[in-house]
Amino acid sequence: MSDLISVQTQDFDMAKEYHALLSPSDGAVVTFVGLVRDFNQGNQVKGLTLEHYPGMTEKALNDIVIQAKQKWSLGKVRVIHRVGELNLSEQIVFVGVSSKHREAAFSAAQFIMDFLKNNAPFWKKENTTTGNRWVQAEQKDVIAQQKWQ
Amino acid sequence: MALGVTQMAKVNVLFFAQLKEALNCATLTVDLASTRFKSVSTLEQLRAELANTDDTWQVNMQNGQLLMAVNQTIATSDHELKAGDEIAFFPPVTGG
Repeated sequence: MSDLISVQTQDFDMAKEYHALLSPSDGAVVTFVGLVRDFNQGNQVKGLTLEHYPGMTEKALNDIVIQAKQKWSLGKVRVIHRVGELNLSEQIVFVGVSSKHREAAFSAAQFIMDFLKNNAPFWKKENTTTGNRWVQAEQKDVIAQQKWQ
Repeated sequence: MALGVTQMAKVNVLFFAQLKEALNCATLTVDLASTRFKSVSTLEQLRAELANTDDTWQVNMQNGQLLMAVNQTIATSDHELKAGDEIAFFPPVTGG
């Protein structure tokens, strides 16, 4: 499995990840970080638990990165997704892409997130002020992926 | 197969997230050669037979939104199962 993909409980350092993406031949780096938000699907959120399917998550993320690399000419790609208990404002996911020019890096970063949202086996359970509940998958994420097809 | 020897065809079945909680079951070993499962050859047939367990399984395993994977890759209902497969049932994913 590629060392560019990590599924982990521990937090990540955005600055360190950014520096690891740099290379003299690439003129563009695009990074995305997803965070735990305080309000979702009508509920006040205090934190969340991320469950995953060990093995398949890494495989699914790797497949997505391979697809992105086939679509665009990319330098380096890095994907980190956290699992376990996360508090408000904590980092959940990191996607970083480098390329010679900005267009490929912007597009590939968005493509990876759009596919991750629909295909990587992670499930969020929110701890809200009215109890715990599983987050429902949203149609807007399906539509976001369809625009690439 | 020698007479009197029953061949085993075990598959490991995994359940995740709200489905795992609703069924109160994370993993299950199914012998496809057993009396109960001997007519099961595809993923959809396995799902249907598991749904026959009781009312709770009926409701949850017949949920049209469920996703299915074989050996850690999303699979379609007509996927033919074989001994040693790792099969998973789970709700639509919500990571990121």
